[in-house]
Amino acid sequence: MREVELLIIGSGPAGLCAAISAAESGARVLILERTFKPGGQLIKQTHMFFGSESQYASHRGVDIAGILMKKVEEFGDKIEIMLNATAVGFYEDNVVTVLKDEKEYFKIKAESIICATGAFEKSLAFPNNDLPGIYGAGAVQTLMNVYGVQPGNRVLMVGAGNIGVIVSYQLMQAGIEVAAVLDAAPRIGAYLVHASKLARMGVPILTSHTVKEAIGTDCLEAAVVCEVDDKFRPIPGTEKRYDVDVLCISVGLSPLNELLAMRGVEMKYVPQLSGSVPMRTENCETSIPGIFVAGDASGIEEASSAMAEGYLAGLCAAAKLGHVPADFEQRRQEYLKQLDGLRSGPVGDRIRAGMSVSRL
Amino acid sequence: MFEKTGVATREMVMTKFPSVERINKGPVAVVECYQKIPCNPCQTACPFGAISIGEDINNIPERDEGVCTGCGMCVAKCPGLSIMIVDGSKSAETVEFRIPYEFLPLPEAGEEVIGLDRAGRPICDAKVIRVMNPPSFDRTPVITLEVAREYLYDFRNFRRK
Repeated sequence: MREVELLIIGSGPAGLCAAISAAESGARVLILERTFKPGGQLIKQTHMFFGSESQYASHRGVDIAGILMKKVEEFGDKIEIMLNATAVGFYEDNVVTVLKDEKEYFKIKAESIICATGAFEKSLAFPNNDLPGIYGAGAVQTLMNVYGVQPGNRVLMVGAGNIGVIVSYQLMQAGIEVAAVLDAAPRIGAYLVHASKLARMGVPILTSHTVKEAIGTDCLEAAVVCEVDDKFRPIPGTEKRYDVDVLCISVGLSPLNELLAMRGVEMKYVPQLSGSVPMRTENCETSIPGIFVAGDASGIEEASSAMAEGYLAGLCAAAKLGHVPADFEQRRQEYLKQLDGLRSGPVGDRIRAGMSVSRL
Repeated sequence: MFEKTGVATREMVMTKFPSVERINKGPVAVVECYQKIPCNPCQTACPFGAISIGEDINNIPERDEGVCTGCGMCVAKCPGLSIMIVDGSKSAETVEFRIPYEFLPLPEAGEEVIGLDRAGRPICDAKVIRVMNPPSFDRTPVITLEVAREYLYDFRNFRRK
């Protein structure tokens, strides 16, 4: 059985930053990545990111993945990335079982572990929601921006959060028509600058609307939408039909952290963080010493906070392993300050409320 | 209404525009950022310190029309593409706009295009004066367009014919 000092599960923004930070302190790191390419969701993001310079604001997500990977490569003697490797189990003796290339199955034992597994997309229940042509927004982005495959010709986007409006904009950049963006909420959830970008391209954003049903025999041919009242009940007589071949579902994310639950860390359902999350300290350490969490796996936020959390978790995990840099406290305070800044405004209200009840 | 449609009202737009006297003097930035979000690249992009956000990264940027030179460094840097440059010094009848435009194929200088408002409705004719797409803009090209002055507060986008 292979033994490693620090195992990081996931190579998205949180995982890569955690690896860089830990390696900087002198820790030896193995990263598990379940896909063929490191970077997580960053590699699909062709838009410029928000935040400050510390989180590479104004750079495109895909380029941030490149910047982080370059740093990872600078620590080539300290950081190893194992691709096509899915962590499928996490046991009491800190043994993680791994399925590699969908054929090899083996164990890795780690002194310390950072879980940076990200999130999964929520779904929406409506008649015929299993017709081909109905995608999650993440799948549409993967097809379009990773593989260069056009998902369809005319899209109806369900969900006006950041992902919904950003993916709509990217679809239009790819030359695909976006018929409308709808959301059951009475207000647009996305940053309004993103929504305005779509609006001035002539794409209607329909708040207080939901999907009533999908229509099609072999694949999606149309979708019927309707208005909802303030209790999210459909209003009869408001049905509208959109002839579309793609229905893109972007109704939010949930933290992906079953591995931590399996290991037995203390979990709590926190609606403001969009699901069940591990309780953790200010330093991202869970209820089991030496097991850390960073990024969306600890609650749904933006990539900017995932990176800051990754740097913090990597620094603190390495320190716990005995690699304490001279400027440890200064750096720790700096990352905490960045996180406070990113969460301090009105859009951070929910996150702050969620953090306050998930703190150990 | 803005939070339901993404389309800013005239009143909101007016709060972001500099005075007509300033616009007539030469190019100046209009920063259409209405929501407190954690973001500050416009402040760091400005070589003259004309855009300030301050300590709290969530503050809404404030542009000083007396300090802004309309250089346009902020236009391609804003992740929300919320900034444009207006210039009323060229003629009494028209205004020049510099707006970010991330769609291919790019228009060409001299091309006649359709001017759109903030809801994407066609409102006027517009003429492409210049297309800037240097590496420093990082794939956010900035298009200069000439538009009749009466559309100063309505023009915000364009589409090719």
